[in-house]
Amino acid sequence: MVRIGAFLVGLFFAGWLLISFLVGAVAYVSEPPAKTVEHEFHKHPKEVDFSFNGPLGKFDQAQLQRGFQVYKEVCSACHSLKFVAFRDLQGIGYNEAEVKAIAKQWAIKTPDVDPKTGEMSTREPVPADYFPKPFANNVAAAAANNNAIPPDLSLMTKARHDGSAYVYSLITGYQKQPAELLKHFPDAKTPEGLHYNPYFANLNLAMAPPLTADGQVTYGDGTKASVDQMAKDVAAFLTWTAEPKLENRRRAGLATIVFLLIATALAYMSYQNIWADKKKAA
Amino acid sequence: MSFPWAEHYTPKHPAMQWIDEKLPLPRLVYNAIGAGYPVPRNLNYFWNFGVLAGLALVIQIVTGVIMAMHYGANTLVAFGTVEQTMRDVNAGWLMRYAHANGASFFFIVVYLHIFRGLFYGSYKAPREMVWLLGLVIFLLMMATAFMGYVLPWGQMSYWGAKVITGLFGAIPVVGEPIQTWLLGGFAPGNASLNRFFSLHFLLPFVIAGVIILHIWALHIPGSSNPTGVEVKGPQDTVPFHPYYTAKDGFGVGVFLILFSILLFFAPNYLGHPDNYIEANPLSTPAHIVPEWYFWPFYAILRAFTVDFFFVPAKLLGVLAMFSAILMLFFLPWLDTSPVRSGNYRPTFRKFFWILIIDVLILGYCGGAPAEEPYVMISQIAGAYYFAHFLIILPLISRFERPLPLPGSITESVLNRHNIKGEQDALPGMGADPQPSNAG
Amino acid sequence: MASVEHTDSQGLSGEGGVRRRDFINIAAVSFAGVGAVAVVIPLVDQMNPSADVLALASTEVDLSAIQPGQAIKTTFRSQPLFVRHLTDKEIAEADKVDVSGLRDPQTLEERTVDGKKQWLVTMGVCTHLGCVPLGAGEGENKGEFGGYFCPCHGSSYDTAARIRKGPAPKNLEVPKFAFTSDTAILVG
Repeated sequence: MVRIGAFLVGLFFAGWLLISFLVGAVAYVSEPPAKTVEHEFHKHPKEVDFSFNGPLGKFDQAQLQRGFQVYKEVCSACHSLKFVAFRDLQGIGYNEAEVKAIAKQWAIKTPDVDPKTGEMSTREPVPADYFPKPFANNVAAAAANNNAIPPDLSLMTKARHDGSAYVYSLITGYQKQPAELLKHFPDAKTPEGLHYNPYFANLNLAMAPPLTADGQVTYGDGTKASVDQMAKDVAAFLTWTAEPKLENRRRAGLATIVFLLIATALAYMSYQNIWADKKKAA
Repeated sequence: MSFPWAEHYTPKHPAMQWIDEKLPLPRLVYNAIGAGYPVPRNLNYFWNFGVLAGLALVIQIVTGVIMAMHYGANTLVAFGTVEQTMRDVNAGWLMRYAHANGASFFFIVVYLHIFRGLFYGSYKAPREMVWLLGLVIFLLMMATAFMGYVLPWGQMSYWGAKVITGLFGAIPVVGEPIQTWLLGGFAPGNASLNRFFSLHFLLPFVIAGVIILHIWALHIPGSSNPTGVEVKGPQDTVPFHPYYTAKDGFGVGVFLILFSILLFFAPNYLGHPDNYIEANPLSTPAHIVPEWYFWPFYAILRAFTVDFFFVPAKLLGVLAMFSAILMLFFLPWLDTSPVRSGNYRPTFRKFFWILIIDVLILGYCGGAPAEEPYVMISQIAGAYYFAHFLIILPLISRFERPLPLPGSITESVLNRHNIKGEQDALPGMGADPQPSNAG
Repeated sequence: MASVEHTDSQGLSGEGGVRRRDFINIAAVSFAGVGAVAVVIPLVDQMNPSADVLALASTEVDLSAIQPGQAIKTTFRSQPLFVRHLTDKEIAEADKVDVSGLRDPQTLEERTVDGKKQWLVTMGVCTHLGCVPLGAGEGENKGEFGGYFCPCHGSSYDTAARIRKGPAPKNLEVPKFAFTSDTAILVG
C-alpha cells in the first residue's frame, strides 16, 4: 500500500514538474525574457587594494583617520552613523582628550532634555554618545532629500556584496549615461534629480556625487586629497565602522587555529595509538 | 534505559559505586557511550557525524544562551542589541559569529549524517525508529533555524518571516487566518518577534530531548556499519570507549579547525548582506533567499509555476516542499532491499549519486534569483528528487541483484587490510569503496 | 566542550595493565583540557560590563547651582550620588565630633577635598543593605544627626555622612572624584 501510494504521489509531483518545465520552456523559447537594463549595465565593484584585504590584513590607522575626516566634513551632513559612539574613535588611534574634543566640536548636537525646563533641547555630545543623526527622523530625512532617505552608514560595507570596494566604486563611479544604454533602452533615461552610476543596483541614484574636487578635504598628515584617495579612505573608515573588531577577530582566529592544529595532530596520534593493536590483530 | 545487550557494570571507584547504587547514572553512561557499548569495529569516518552534530548543538545552546543575555526581543531595539553585542559586549562578536556560523555547521554535519544514513541504508530494519526520530530532529532544527534567523530583525529576517508564514497562507480557506495567527498580526511585528524568540529558545532543548530518544533507539539494535552486515559476535566489535571516543576526538579537532576558519576569517561568507540592513516593512530586498541550508527545498517551492486545474501553483509548491521532507518518513518501507549498504548495491549506488548531484543542483537553483534558466533547471531536478524516492527506489529494490555480502564484519575487515588501510581514508574518499570481495 | 568527555580516556591506561600509560594520550587529553579552559574565558568574560556601560563609568556634576545647605541627587554608575554643599554650621558640627568614638573613624577633612571642605560628595547607598538614605532632597528626614537617615533599618548619618546610629557598619562611601573647575567635579 505504502509503495503504491508513494508511486502515485511521486508520479504526480514529478509529472507535474515536467509539465511545468515544458510550459516554461515553450514560453522561454517562443518569447525569451527581455534583458533588463540592470542586467546589461550594472557593474561589480572595482578591485581595490586595501590594507585589510586578505585573511591577515590590518587596518591602516592613518587611513582610517583620514577617512573619518572625510565622513566628518562631507558625509555626516546627510548620513548617520548610529551604531558608532565617539568613544569608539579611540579604536582608530585618537586619545581620550582628542575624542572628547571631537565630540564637543561635532557640528550636530545630541538631542536631550533640558535639565532645568524639561523641554526638548540639544547639548554638546560627550564621548559616551553615539554620533548624532543629521535628521530627527525618517520623515525629516526624506523631506530634505527629495524623498530619498540617506541610509545609515555604520554597517554599509557589510550590507553590500564586497562592501568596501562597493563604497569606493560608488563614490568614484558617477558618469554620464552611456549612449549605448539609451540606444537599447530609451525608457531607461536617468530621471530628473537622479544620477547615473553603474555600481548602484538600479543604476540611478538619488545621491549627487559627494566628492567632486581634489582637495575638498585638507588632510592633516599631508596626504594629497585626490577624489580617488578620499573615496578610498572613507571606504576604509566605513569598513572599520562596520567591523571594528576585525583585527581582534583575525588575531584570535590565528591563535585558535594554531592551537587546534596541534591538538588535532595529537588527537590523531592518540587515535592511531589506541587502535594500533586492533589493526595489527586484524 | 536498558539495552538488550547491556553488560554487567562494576564501578571501580567506591564513589562511583556509591552513586551507581543510588542512581545508576554511571551505568547508563558506561553502556551508552562508554566501554560498555560494543560498536562494529569497521566504522569509517562517516560515522563521526553523529557526535559532531551533538557537539554543534552544544555550541549552539551555549552561544545561544549567551546571545539571549544581550538580546532585546522588541522590533524597536532588536537590530541594535545584536549590533551592540557585536561591538560592546566582551567577546560578543565571537558569540554572535559562532552562533550564526554554528547553525550552518550544524546543518553541514547533519546533512552528512543523513547522507551516511542514505548510502549505507541505516534507515532499514531494525533501525527504522532511529531514522524516524532523526527526521523529527531535522524538522525541529529547520523550525529553530528559521525562527532564529528572524531575531536579528534585518531585512532578510523580516522578509523571510513574511514569506515563510505566507506559505501557510496558501492553504485554502483556513490559510490566511493561520498566517495571521502565526504572526500575531497582519505582518511580522513585535508579537511575531517575541513568540519566535521564545520558541527559538525552547526548541533546542526539545531537540536535545529527541536526541536522547534517537540515541536510545540506536542502542537497542546497536550501530550499523559500512558493510551493513549485522554484528555476529564479540570479535566483530570494539568498545565505544576508548576506540571511538579517540576517533571522535580526532573528528572533533578537524570539525573545530574548519569551523574556526569560517568563524574567524569569513564569518559573513554564508550570510546575506541584506541582513545587515535593519528591517524595513516598506521595501523588499531585490532577491529574497533563505539561508543556504534551505535552498534545495526553496527551489522545489518555486519550481511549481503551473496551476493543476483548481489547485493553484502556489499551494502545489507548498505541498511539494513539505512532501519533499515528509516523504522521507516512509523511506524504510519504500526501499525494501534486504541489503543495507550501498557498497553492495551497484544499481542503487548509481542512482544515489545522481540524487546527490540532483540535490546540489536544487540547492544552487534555490539560492539563485527566481529567473530562467534556474526555474527550469529546478523543475527537472525537482522531478528527479520525487521520482528517486517514490518511484525509482522501490523499483530498484525489487529488481536489483546485489553483490555478495561478506560473511561477517571481521571477514570484511580482514580482506580489506590485505588491500590497504581503508580505515585511514580521509572523509569523502571512503564514500564509495569497492567492496573487497567484488574483485 | 567535547573535550570534557575525553578527560576520562586516561582511564584506558589502567585497564588491567594491558595498555601502558601513554604519553601521547595524556598529551592529547591535556591539550583538550587546556582548550576547554580557554573557551571558558570568553564565556565568562561576556558577563562583565560591556564597553557602553563602562563608557558611562564617570559622571560630571555641575556644582554652580547648589546653594549652601542644599544637596542634589544624581547618578554615578547607575547608583544614587549625593552632592551636598555644607553650611558653616554643618561643618562646625562635623568637626566638633570626637573621631575616636566613631564606628568608622574619619574626619571631615579626610572625606573631602583640601580647601573645598564644604563639598561633601558621597554615594547615596546605605552601607547596611543598600537602600537610598533620605536627607538629600528638600524637606526630607535628615535623622537625628542632621545628615542622612536610612528609613529601611534606621541608620543615621551625621553632616559628614558618617554612621552614628543604627545597623550600618561604615560611613557613606566617598567615590573617587576631582574638581575640574571651581564649580564642577568629575566623579569616577
